[in-house]
Amino acid sequence: MEPVVSAGALSPWEPGVFALFVYGLLICVFVGSQLFIAGWLGEKKPSAEKSRPYECGVIPTGSARLRYPVPFYLVAVFFLIFDVEGAYILTWAVSYEELGWIGWAQMSFFIAVLLLGLAYLWVKGGLDWMPLPRKE
Amino acid sequence: MGSLVTSEWFRLVLGLVIVLAFSQLNALFLVWLERKVAGHIQLRIGPKEVGPFGLLQTIVDGLKLVGKELITPRSADSRLFPIAPVLVFMPVLVGFLVLPFAPNLIIRDMNVGVLLIFAFSAFTVLAILAGGWASNNKYALLGAIRSVAQNVAYEIPLLLAVLSVVLMVNSFQFSEIVKGQERVWFFLIQPVAALIYLICATAETNRAPFDIPEAESELVAGFHTEFSGMRFGLFFLAEYTNMFIVSAVATSLFFGGWHGPFGLDLGVPGIVWFLAKTYVLIFVIMWVRWTFPRLRFDQLMNLSWKFMIPLSLANLVVTAIVLKLV
Repeated sequence: MEPVVSAGALSPWEPGVFALFVYGLLICVFVGSQLFIAGWLGEKKPSAEKSRPYECGVIPTGSARLRYPVPFYLVAVFFLIFDVEGAYILTWAVSYEELGWIGWAQMSFFIAVLLLGLAYLWVKGGLDWMPLPRKE
Repeated sequence: MGSLVTSEWFRLVLGLVIVLAFSQLNALFLVWLERKVAGHIQLRIGPKEVGPFGLLQTIVDGLKLVGKELITPRSADSRLFPIAPVLVFMPVLVGFLVLPFAPNLIIRDMNVGVLLIFAFSAFTVLAILAGGWASNNKYALLGAIRSVAQNVAYEIPLLLAVLSVVLMVNSFQFSEIVKGQERVWFFLIQPVAALIYLICATAETNRAPFDIPEAESELVAGFHTEFSGMRFGLFFLAEYTNMFIVSAVATSLFFGGWHGPFGLDLGVPGIVWFLAKTYVLIFVIMWVRWTFPRLRFDQLMNLSWKFMIPLSLANLVVTAIVLKLV
């Protein structure tokens, strides 16, 4: 399989996206048909016992859609902050050669601020999973 | 123009067929290997009845799964529940699109290859959350939110470790990264990044010692508790295929891809080097699973936020300085 060198008007990016789309679609069709065949060939004997949620044999009470512990929300928020900053670092990493020392200094400053932010979260107890002792 | 389109289509479909066949066979083989490794580590033999060395055991198991009923639990989300297994399996197969098996054996050598794999592996989080939420089972939901918290926490150091390699090559293209390792593999230059990558990859695939999301002793089976038959099968196959993908990415980023050690190819074709290194890494991941106990959840999160993220950021800055000076 020789790599296809895209000719003419098409940039290497456009057939790439197109290929990705077609490929993703074909995979969905394949996996979907696999599930369909399994549903078609498999047994079908529904019963009330079978369709009850399995919670270690104890009969479930109420809905499972309960409130999450708050630290999970915090993790999600921190992830957003750090991941968006990751996107800036990504673009810097591929053009590192062209940016020179100035680019290096700017990004080092950026990463230093990131580390400072992380230290702030840490000191403030944002990374703790236990309830903090109440401050007087 | 017409010939370009036809060849493009031909390559895609051919690639897809090979990938589908390979990924399914590979996953079945890995399940067998895992059981064999687990068996020998625990002084047992593992599967041995069906076929030579029990090799056909997982195929028989798979056939059994196809024949099982697909149960949708009462008050489960009827739209989200059936698509969760598709959603979990699709992104791991997309990863094969850019993996550099050999110099001429890449389905599409995209200039954003590395980014594509990590973008799609983020989809797995959505699938896990959809599966856990849709099941309407308390254990499944708990497993799902733990899994999401863990996956997002480990995604950051994973990305930063990969970036220190990207920094050295100045490209996201897999073929460029592998070409950069013709003489010296990057794990000799970037041992910290390689270690961070391997730990985070183990966490991303939800495997012990990071298997809190599906901790059997406390959460039944975590987010896939309610999935039965082939739906469970797809979650299972996705886990093992994902293991192959992270190991293959580690091979191409840190362990020289299709190159032999120190530029010595010894007349062995590139794909053999690539697969050999990938399977050795997979074996190491399995070995780790059956050797280390599970971490507690707060220890797990703190390992990422308080240790791996600062370390990987520092590694990135040091790499940048050294690259400028050398």
